[in-house]
Amino acid sequence: MTNTPSTPAIQFNKVSRHFGDVKAVDQVNLEIINGEFFAMLGPSGSGKTTCLRMIAGFDRPTGGTINLFGQDVSNLPPYERNVNTVFQDYALFPHMDVGENIGYGLMIKKVAKTEIAKQVDEMLDLVQLKGFASRKPSQLSGGQRQRVALARALINHPKVLLLDEPLGALDLKLRQQMQVELKAIQQRVGITFIFVTHDQEEAITMSDRIAVFNHGKIEQVGSPSEIYEKPASAFVAGFVGTSNLISGELAKRLTGSDKTFSIRPEKIHVNTTEKTTTMDTITLDGVVRDVVYLGLYTRYLVEAEGVDIVVVEQNLKTTSTDVVSAKGQKVRLTWHKDHISRLGA
Amino acid sequence: MLTRLSTYFYQRPLYTLLLFLVPPMLYMVVVYLGSLFSLMINSFYYIDDFSGIIIREFTLRTIAQVFTPAHREIFTRTASMAFFVTIASAIVSFPLAYYIAKYASPRLKTWLLIAVTIPLWSSYLVRVYAWKLILAQEGILSYFINLFGLSGILEWLLSFEGIGGSSLALSPLGMFIVFVYIWLPYMIIPIQTSLERVPNSLVEAAGDLGAKPLQTFRTVILPLAFPGVIAGSIFTFSLTLGDFIIPLAIGNSKFFIGQAVYSYQGTAGNIPLAAAMTLGPVVIMIIYLLIARKLGAFDAL
Repeated sequence: MTNTPSTPAIQFNKVSRHFGDVKAVDQVNLEIINGEFFAMLGPSGSGKTTCLRMIAGFDRPTGGTINLFGQDVSNLPPYERNVNTVFQDYALFPHMDVGENIGYGLMIKKVAKTEIAKQVDEMLDLVQLKGFASRKPSQLSGGQRQRVALARALINHPKVLLLDEPLGALDLKLRQQMQVELKAIQQRVGITFIFVTHDQEEAITMSDRIAVFNHGKIEQVGSPSEIYEKPASAFVAGFVGTSNLISGELAKRLTGSDKTFSIRPEKIHVNTTEKTTTMDTITLDGVVRDVVYLGLYTRYLVEAEGVDIVVVEQNLKTTSTDVVSAKGQKVRLTWHKDHISRLGA
Repeated sequence: MLTRLSTYFYQRPLYTLLLFLVPPMLYMVVVYLGSLFSLMINSFYYIDDFSGIIIREFTLRTIAQVFTPAHREIFTRTASMAFFVTIASAIVSFPLAYYIAKYASPRLKTWLLIAVTIPLWSSYLVRVYAWKLILAQEGILSYFINLFGLSGILEWLLSFEGIGGSSLALSPLGMFIVFVYIWLPYMIIPIQTSLERVPNSLVEAAGDLGAKPLQTFRTVILPLAFPGVIAGSIFTFSLTLGDFIIPLAIGNSKFFIGQAVYSYQGTAGNIPLAAAMTLGPVVIMIIYLLIARKLGAFDAL
């Protein structure tokens, strides 16, 4: 087994998982770098969870191979892979207390009791649950259960930690707190974290790189800013944030190519006066159809040449004459030509 | 009319409650507990040996008769049969219950559950006598045993004092087989139900944390399914304790509790002794349930 720094933690070679006629995962190629915080993002049924389960060993690919640090693990059972999982429902053993849950992996490996107790204490410290060892899972809150599940996985020193919708069951405030904490823990233990989520905001805030899944295929892999600023497909543009898609004749007139392009709402400016434009600016005239004041910003719906365009403008100038408030007003939309993203598919 | 009646009860919640509770309570108290109580009362009467008339006077002499060596032997025999039948039922049921709960597709699950309960649709007597034929000296079972050349093993098993006999149909071993067969559904269903409530993610989590299948079974599946095993064992244990048909039809002439009760209240006309003997299984079951509670079988209820 070669374990040079360049060996990817996880490598998918044309991995497929078909359930009868349903192609849950279809010919996926993917490389996850060692030490990365990697997100698998996509709507439900897009194949992201199946990919995670195949890394864990709960599911086997029907085609292709999965390598873990260069070793083909495609057909190894879960208990022979140095990978651990934090389950969506946490899957804590209800008949064991917190300490027994966390020490389970070591107990199975027949580690001495005193050593288990010592390591469980360290783990409780890591997830800030000191003094909870003798509680039962049913006596814990959702956030605490999540931490126990994390500690139970990390005590085995896995090479890769898998997290299945780890924050899905938590309320908003706790979720934001755990986002920060998970990231901090990952940096402390320094191993690869792969997490599955359908929440694009979570993926963007937490991960080093994101793979966007749709219909069993990966649409795009890249850093959060790459995914957001330069979406490779209409699906990515629509799934990650909001986007305006312009195609056909209008696209050709504005950019010189009839290829569909995407432009983010906040990159467009609404102007009521004739603005001087430079070579780099693209302009489009339209009529305001709807205005929604949202405090931090205002959202406009502008109809231009039969296309509805969403524009978001920050409310920087509260008393400016620039502020558009009336429906039906004629406006000119402008944006920088570098802000568009041409879509492949 | 119906509307007015509904309104009447809607406005008087107490009457509604009484309407729901009184009929079943009456049945429980009068028919169910009442008969049990009269049974207990009868065990404190005694029979005049000479005239055979029941003397309705309080005495402990009938209860004392239960503790004679002959009766103690009947209790030991019945309780050990109940114990081994329970253990065997649990061992046979678990894999099938596990398959039904965890692996079978919804369609297959329905069919398997029907298959498990189908024997309960036919008469228990018919099935017991059918087994008498299956187990008989020239029966189908011995035909297959001979076919596979295993008759030596069968003869060896039947040669043991206590479980053996001249043929399977006339031995405690045969009785054991029939008991396990007859009570199997009562063990499979509770275990299957308790396994249904164990989330698959717990089994996956155990494997994920390094547990091999056998370790997962021992540390996760069995502890969580244990209440179901206990529930099933209450059926198999108590039903075996009280049964008198199977010992009558299959096995040797040695008595089981049910048979003793049957013969005392029937041919002998000794109702007080029959009643006293019946209290035996009740006491054994109370002890059994106390042990089960101690083992944590009811924690999950």
